[in-house]
Amino acid sequence: MEETYESPVPASVVESLEGRHIGRRAGVWARMRRSPGAMTGLVIVVFLLVVATAADLIAAQGIDEQSLLEALLPPGSAGYPLGTDEFGRDMLSRIIHGSRVSLQVAIIAATVSAAIGVTLGMISGYFGGTLDHVIQAAVDISWAFPTVLLAIFLVAVLGPNLGNVMLAVGLVYWGGFTRLVRGQVLSLREWEFISAARTIGASDWRIMFKHVLPNIAAPVIVMFTLMMGDAILIEATLSFVGMGAQPPTPSWGSILASGRTYLVLAPWVTLFPGIAIMLTVLGFNLLGDGLRDALDPRLR
Amino acid sequence: MANYLIKRLLLVVPVLIVTAFLVFLALHLSPGDPVDVIVGPIAPEEVRDRVRTRLGLDKPWPVQFLIYMGNIVQGDLGQSILSKRSVTEMITEKLPVTAELGVAAFAVAYLLAIPLGTLAALHRNSFIDWISMVLALIGVSMPGFWLALLLIYAFAVNLRIFPPTGHEGIESLVLPALALGLPRVGKIARLTRSSLLEVVDQDYIRTARAKGLRERSVVSVHALRNALIPIVSLMGLDLGYIVGGSVVLEAVFARPGIGDMMLQAIYSRDFPVLQGGMFVLALAIVLSNILADVAYVIVDPRIRH
Repeated sequence: MEETYESPVPASVVESLEGRHIGRRAGVWARMRRSPGAMTGLVIVVFLLVVATAADLIAAQGIDEQSLLEALLPPGSAGYPLGTDEFGRDMLSRIIHGSRVSLQVAIIAATVSAAIGVTLGMISGYFGGTLDHVIQAAVDISWAFPTVLLAIFLVAVLGPNLGNVMLAVGLVYWGGFTRLVRGQVLSLREWEFISAARTIGASDWRIMFKHVLPNIAAPVIVMFTLMMGDAILIEATLSFVGMGAQPPTPSWGSILASGRTYLVLAPWVTLFPGIAIMLTVLGFNLLGDGLRDALDPRLR
Repeated sequence: MANYLIKRLLLVVPVLIVTAFLVFLALHLSPGDPVDVIVGPIAPEEVRDRVRTRLGLDKPWPVQFLIYMGNIVQGDLGQSILSKRSVTEMITEKLPVTAELGVAAFAVAYLLAIPLGTLAALHRNSFIDWISMVLALIGVSMPGFWLALLLIYAFAVNLRIFPPTGHEGIESLVLPALALGLPRVGKIARLTRSSLLEVVDQDYIRTARAKGLRERSVVSVHALRNALIPIVSLMGLDLGYIVGGSVVLEAVFARPGIGDMMLQAIYSRDFPVLQGGMFVLALAIVLSNILADVAYVIVDPRIRH
């Protein structure tokens, strides 16, 4: 690829190929609409977005309102459709507010992860050589630890607050993106429009970001969606062991933690946040799987 | 094959050194002085200095790291700051507890999943097929500790069949093993199903049927054995899942295993225990990955380099 290559493709055509998606976008949406799983996932995720954004408007109570006389009321009690917790706080409101935490963590952690992973993957696949070996070794090392333990460890080192949770989760998962992107880049590197772009003098970075990136976007988007579900699970685990959001910020995981103390007396404090977590992660998983099937049916 | 194995084993050492270094670095750069943990924040300077010197914490940290690595080679992982016990001793004591949970969870997951997956493959698009898919999705989406709490509520609190916590006898292993193993059943079943479906189309299956073998023997002997090949590599991944899952589950079920030890060490900033534990866990995972690769090569007769 280093010899001079007399490109029969005029520069203007190469320019017009920049950023072109090879994904047949019109067909993607049609395929998704036909899949009940994908549509269910989409509905769940959109629902989560709406609830999280409008949390303050929808929830009956704010984050701080306690009513100790009404502690541990069962679901169905007057004004408390899902019951109350040990401080008399409305479970439904707490779960609604908790959705905000979950969504924030999902988006930011997945973004951090993707930003690191995709960049490293592109560098690794495009430049190859020693750089590639080093980055791959780093991925191996990041996978030498169980993810949950690594996340707990990172948060413990950085300090238990929500921001560090998002950072820690991002730092745990970047390897997946790197491997994925590297593989995609390796197969794309041989394509003619890459060598065409090079012969007209496009710099490596420009090639990577304007030519390679749009063509690897599809599987990255799928992984991003699935990762958001994983991020929510890890955040719940971290909060459950006390390393996540600190009180009074409600996180589904920390509500579960307090539910554990009152498991015998008030099982609903354990039941409902868990259902919320499960349905949300299920939504992301269904959406991710649906996107994967819709974006490249050849992979089925 | 031997060359491949030797190459993989040789890589283990540098990976472990770098991992140990990163853990070491992370701990020593983090806020919070381990000396505070031992003597309390209001102790006078001379006491703190004495403790610091005794623990070797006054040396520059690259030196500390080298001393630490030297000790590891001799089998000394240091001493817990909190309990003064040898870290090696603690790990040797607690590893079997985690291991028995891991083995039990493995058994639960694979003994349920492989038959389920086989049935799903044999009866495509039927109820069983649909159930296995639903189980897979739910299992992957559910927080493991939530399932644990639900199981405790159902079986320990209400039905009182199994003990909710503790480490005595095989009854105490049932609920934790279910909590750790059940979420994986769906995924393993799906993999078994798709793998079996791929195998069933192969020529050697047609040959077996043409020979007049009973369908049952065709499936169980010829098809399943080959279909299980990708399952073997899934088992390697499961080790990481088991260790990660046991961290929280041991806390929920009050089992004194490695996961519980690590969690306690994190809460109390017990550096030596954390370092030693992370090192041993990394070692276990790296070795098990190699083992899984080797098993894959052994089980799949097509790969023989």
